[in-house]
Amino acid sequence: MGTSVFYLVAFLSIFFSLMVIFAKNPVHSVLYLIVTFFTFTVHYILLNAQFLAVVNFIVYMGAIMVLFLFVLMLLNLNKDNEPLKSGLVKVVGIVAGCCLVVTLIGSLKATAASNPLVLQNANLGLVKNLGKELFGPFMLPFELSSILLLTAMVGAVLLTKKEKV
Amino acid sequence: MDITFVIEKFILVAIIFGISLVIAMYSTYAERKVAAFLQDRLGPDRAGPAGMFQPLADGLKMFMKEEIIPTHSNKWLFMVGPGLAMLTACIGTAVIPWGSAITVGGRVIPLQVTDINVGVLYIFGVVSLSVYGVMIGGWASNNKYSLLSAIRAASQNISYEVAMGLSIIALLLVTNTLSLKEIVEGQHGWHWNVLYQPLGFILFIVCAFAETNRAPFDLPECETELIGGYHTEYSSMKLGFYLFAEYINMFVSSAVMSTLYFGGYNYPGMDWVLLHVGPVIGPLIGTAVLFAKIFAFIFFFMWVRWTIPRFRYDQLMHLGWKVLMPLAIANVIITGIVIAIVEKF
Repeated sequence: MGTSVFYLVAFLSIFFSLMVIFAKNPVHSVLYLIVTFFTFTVHYILLNAQFLAVVNFIVYMGAIMVLFLFVLMLLNLNKDNEPLKSGLVKVVGIVAGCCLVVTLIGSLKATAASNPLVLQNANLGLVKNLGKELFGPFMLPFELSSILLLTAMVGAVLLTKKEKV
Repeated sequence: MDITFVIEKFILVAIIFGISLVIAMYSTYAERKVAAFLQDRLGPDRAGPAGMFQPLADGLKMFMKEEIIPTHSNKWLFMVGPGLAMLTACIGTAVIPWGSAITVGGRVIPLQVTDINVGVLYIFGVVSLSVYGVMIGGWASNNKYSLLSAIRAASQNISYEVAMGLSIIALLLVTNTLSLKEIVEGQHGWHWNVLYQPLGFILFIVCAFAETNRAPFDLPECETELIGGYHTEYSSMKLGFYLFAEYINMFVSSAVMSTLYFGGYNYPGMDWVLLHVGPVIGPLIGTAVLFAKIFAFIFFFMWVRWTIPRFRYDQLMHLGWKVLMPLAIANVIITGIVIAIVEKF
């Protein structure tokens, strides 16, 4: 039961990620991306990581993608004002894509199959245990990452200021 | 999986779904009656006794109206929009504990669909998703006014989510749990969280008004500036769905506020009542108390709508970012300090 659900959700993840790329309309792309993030949430739940699942839900689906959608709706991109791609750009794109495929296949062949991962504590993803880990042994990295976020926030505020600082 | 478990949950979901639809339906009626009361009018009184069948007549009218899909709109997304609005409005009810467990024939039936240990965050996630219905509908209409309205709705929701999240953090410091069931059980009798978090509750209710797009925060439906709002191009039951979703949102947020701050199904003297009426009627009285609290909140929503005029957009942003957010942060810090001091001594 568990594996078949995983394969179904994994298939959906890949399917919707491909739809993100293949959709002609950028707004449709973003909507497919939202569905892709939703499938990630399901993956987290399958892994018994409820806290991560719900945070992924709130942060990615609820906040970041809303802002993406926001910007794209205002830009109003469509076929009429799409910049023309010359033949040269297309050729370069094909060559680059082929190179990427070769690299990926090469690196896949080079890697050996890893041992199956065994979770030490199956309930690690529950909010209580995760909190104890984050505020216990991983206190310093956790606080440092908050400084990183604060820096990004200050930077964003600075960028929106019109006058010279 | 136990088959009776599945049936039990299915029945519970069906009942809750039915109740939220009926309450949303009669909220439209109550809204008109409350408006009439506040403006010294009679309100709807033609259909049935005291106009009781007015919502049915309205629903019938919505279904019978011609359905218009604008030519240059995005047909699929135009249809998805209202559906998504309804979906996100309804799924919030899944984690709310509607009453303490009922014991029937030795079988304990919890009156809650699911007690996930991140219930508060789940509610928060549903709230943050609710903007998609409006945004997709507004964009797919291919109307500048609808788009403007959708973008207003999105930025309003995002802004007020911040203050709402911070007010919830202060509450979580008091309750020590993210599970709604445990939060309610911690407020046994009259130990309601609103007594410990009065400022947090005020912040939360203001944000709830903004998140449900209710007056005085109904800028996405600002007729004087935007023709109709994000649903300008909608007709027939699709428009009905959008309006309906707003009332369901109101019901759900009232239920959440009752659960988080006003003790849910707890009331003073509940132990005595439970002892005297038995394990079936007792919890049901608790459920009735919860619904009384919910109706009081719904009335409050309407009362405010017909009392306070709409904000200007810059006032809305000012209130959200420069008033509510600092207050919410101060609330978190003060709560933290007080708890630390209380635990020390």
